[in-house]
Amino acid sequence: MTAASPPEVLRAPLIVEFPFTRSLGPVQSAFLTGLREGVVLGVKTSGGKVVVPPVEYDPVTAEEVRELVEVAATGTVTTWAWNGRPRPHQPLDTPFAWVLVKFDGADTALLHALDVPGPEAVRTGMRVRVRWAADRTGAITDIACFEPYEGPAGAEAVPHDGVFADAVTGIVAEARLDYVYSPGRAQTAYINALSERRTVGERCPSCHKVYVPPRGACPTCGVATTDQVEVGPAGTVTTYCIVNIKARNLDIEVPYVYAHIALDGAGLALHGRIGGIPYDQVRMGLRVEPVWTEGGRHPDHYRPTGEPDADYDAYKELI
Amino acid sequence: MARYAREVAVVAFAQSDHLRRTDELSEVEMVMPVLHQVLAATGLKAGEIGFTCSGSSDYLAGRAFSFTMTLDGVGAWPPISESHVEMDGAWALYEAWVKIQTGEADTALVYAYGKSSPGSVRDVLTRQLDPYYLAPLWPDSVALAALQAQALIDAGETDERALAAIGARSRAAAEANPHAQLRGAVPQGDYQVRPLRTWDCPPIGDGVAAVILAAGDLARQLCERPAWITGIDHRIEAHGLGLRDLTDSPSTRIAAEHAGVFEAPVDTAELHAPFSSQEVVLRKALGLGDGDGVAVNPSGGALAANPVMAAGLIRIGEAAARIHRGESDRAVAHATSGPCLQQNLVAVLEGDRA
Repeated sequence: MTAASPPEVLRAPLIVEFPFTRSLGPVQSAFLTGLREGVVLGVKTSGGKVVVPPVEYDPVTAEEVRELVEVAATGTVTTWAWNGRPRPHQPLDTPFAWVLVKFDGADTALLHALDVPGPEAVRTGMRVRVRWAADRTGAITDIACFEPYEGPAGAEAVPHDGVFADAVTGIVAEARLDYVYSPGRAQTAYINALSERRTVGERCPSCHKVYVPPRGACPTCGVATTDQVEVGPAGTVTTYCIVNIKARNLDIEVPYVYAHIALDGAGLALHGRIGGIPYDQVRMGLRVEPVWTEGGRHPDHYRPTGEPDADYDAYKELI
Repeated sequence: MARYAREVAVVAFAQSDHLRRTDELSEVEMVMPVLHQVLAATGLKAGEIGFTCSGSSDYLAGRAFSFTMTLDGVGAWPPISESHVEMDGAWALYEAWVKIQTGEADTALVYAYGKSSPGSVRDVLTRQLDPYYLAPLWPDSVALAALQAQALIDAGETDERALAAIGARSRAAAEANPHAQLRGAVPQGDYQVRPLRTWDCPPIGDGVAAVILAAGDLARQLCERPAWITGIDHRIEAHGLGLRDLTDSPSTRIAAEHAGVFEAPVDTAELHAPFSSQEVVLRKALGLGDGDGVAVNPSGGALAANPVMAAGLIRIGEAAARIHRGESDRAVAHATSGPCLQQNLVAVLEGDRA
């Protein structure tokens, strides 16, 4: 047993990407299809208010709102903020103003970008018009941005049936977030030891159980586990399953055995693949040892040691 | 006290130091010392707590079900009664308070944590926006707050000098707060998104907070001067920013009315205003003027430390701690979530009078 050494923090890039596919209801479908066709639609509430961008339920009364109207592609800035350093994915990559714009004929405002050279060129109340994107797909980004507009105010909202050929019925909401992941003290020590082909767990100072891999806390006692304990390398199969489905991007022939393995000295089992023995000869109590591959950062799989099977009583608490 | 079925009080509060980075700590390693502190303050053991509830966000961690990892620090085996909100811990406290009101628990451990350092929190928070009209434009949290600030300036309700004074007052107050991330004279800085400058914006950091709730006589046994929750309510407004009057916060006002804020004067207000301009909105909604003797954010508030998902719970904890110490008799605590003060929780905390 050795005291934990000061942490040398591991870091790695962690990228989370998710393309959510979302359905559009009748109102959002009409609005986004309209943008594709260069038409700005809103909805009229029972109180006579024109809401752009449109909602499907009145935010005050919760009444269903379905009466579509067309408004002008011109409007007035109701508030703004100067974005001197655009961030990734934002509508423009040159400095721009975020604006809330009330379209002519509308009673509510839409958020977007305004393309002007500097903050002195923006003011609340200024007149703007839509600059349409060159390639339009039926998304809010079909409005490339707004631009200053000196012309007269557009007309009142007029009824629109919301019917377009080939209506857009869904969007794919793409997103990517970049992180730098650090696993913390306990898991750093575990990963560093693995690079030396050693497996270290941590012992709970209260109940003395040895956790592998350690996460820094004993979930039974709710206290920090700080004493490192080397376990294994050999262990006992406590339970297993036979995998018959080939995973994508995983070069392992099926069927194979995936097992819980209690390394000698560990207070709970970790999991790993069993190799070096036909899948239908794996059994509870089988004694196994890790097999490392060249350059591998963790055991590739576990194979039988050839020892006699462990007695059930020796591992039953670890199943 | 007749407002609710049971008397419930905050009997202990603990928080971490709030730091720009905590790379050397996993989330459970960051949370656990604070849990031990708050339990030690009451003498309760983890297994004696009736209900545990936490607040955090997977998007900050970049990992699904990230809160389950911190349960190791609670002592979740043998099994405990536990829940989680993907929100600020103030809402976890609300859930715990309801659990105690129903009689299903007499004590609750509420904790919240946020580790913003692994990612870019301004961009991460764009993912909580409406996915059809807003999220594809990636308007970051500072940009949305700046739109609100300009609306206030246009309405004549504040100006850049007044906003700067709010930042300066908050960080000066934080001098006395050993846990705060930003203290004292912080440079005004450049515009982040105009009209907001660096010091109008909260620091980005990692941190943890925890409180213990207890009912009735048990609260009196666990704490010399319990901070009784005599009112609590939370309200939400429309998601669309263009549907709201950004210069006002009707949800805060309604929550405050239901929590009984206006029934008697308060001496302390801990307001969760991550941006200086939002304090202007909240003061108006809560009827807190300048110079009326109310200590507003004596802890320094979110402008001094804003661990996302914990900063609202800290407001309740700080207000309660002032009552515990005898520095306040009736305090209002506020927490917010979502862009431009979309969701707001208001609690009234009172100490027994001598």
